Amino acid sequence: MNSSRCAACRHLRRRCPSDCIFSPYFPSHDSKRFRCVHKIYGASNVAKMLQELPADRRAEAADSLYYEAYCRLKDPVYGCVGTITILCQQIHNAQCQLATTQAEIASLSAHSGLQNQYPATPTFNLIDQYDVASANWSDFNLQ
Amino acid sequence: MASSSSYNSPCAACKFLRRKCMPGCIFAPYFPPEEPQKFANVHKIFGASNVTKLLNELLPHQREDAVNSLAYEAEARVRDPVYGCVGAISFLQRQVERLQKELDAANADLIRFACNEIPAAGLQPAGIPPNLIHANPPPRHRSMEYNRPRIDGNGGGFYQTQSLPYAYPLPWNDNYNPQGGGLDGNF
Repeated sequence: MNSSRCAACRHLRRRCPSDCIFSPYFPSHDSKRFRCVHKIYGASNVAKMLQELPADRRAEAADSLYYEAYCRLKDPVYGCVGTITILCQQIHNAQCQLATTQAEIASLSAHSGLQNQYPATPTFNLIDQYDVASANWSDFNLQ
Repeated sequence: MASSSSYNSPCAACKFLRRKCMPGCIFAPYFPPEEPQKFANVHKIFGASNVTKLLNELLPHQREDAVNSLAYEAEARVRDPVYGCVGAISFLQRQVERLQKELDAANADLIRFACNEIPAAGLQPAGIPPNLIHANPPPRHRSMEYNRPRIDGNGGGFYQTQSLPYAYPLPWNDNYNPQGGGLDGNF
């Protein structure tokens, strides 16, 4: 038995076994981290989610669960979905600005007769609207 | 919004939990029986009692958006048990950064092009023709502003938005208030 309990076992007021699923990811010095995830997901759901993952993925999962729980506590209506919305809007705005700027360049180049240097048709990389429903989630990694 | 409890058909939550769907069931307006997977995901990730507590802490007009955003997060987590929605945020952040670089480069090209191409006699004292003044590269803080969500949770800064291709109905309505209903950070 650990003489020093992890934050989860301390919060749950139980002994912290040597193979505690929480202890590597919820150290005793950061009680807020476990309180967040416990409030949103519940300890048993977090334990289940971590247990279903290979050991080398659990740290990242615990981090992302904490982040989402923190966002949900800050914004109980939208949680981290609000952040996704903002980012999509910013991408849309940037694409529009880019299109406008490249159109201006193309127009100037056409006007000045330097079509070979600057193409008449704006070219830029459009990213598809991010479609959560069909996305290949496994491609995304935390920075 | 469906209100299954007013009919004989139980809502998806009560069907899943195998209990009677009472009038006034907190789940019934948001988990219609035609969408069983929505509640199944939410229950798997958050648990029915946690969702009940979350909804009870919100005003009635906020609950539909909250349920839809929870359903969104739950589906994301089911699809990607390691990163959930955070994977999407990370991806989108990289897109924003890439586009910002492209935009900066395009604006710089535009200015260089304009300065090289316009005869000196046609320039304003600032060196830029009037019709291109608006094409000056915007200050970085004006072009795109966002707070980078970090793992320590210091995200924030919400803005009015437009619709997204969600699997579920939009989790917000026209009265989207990023500051509404939030906790003070003490938890």
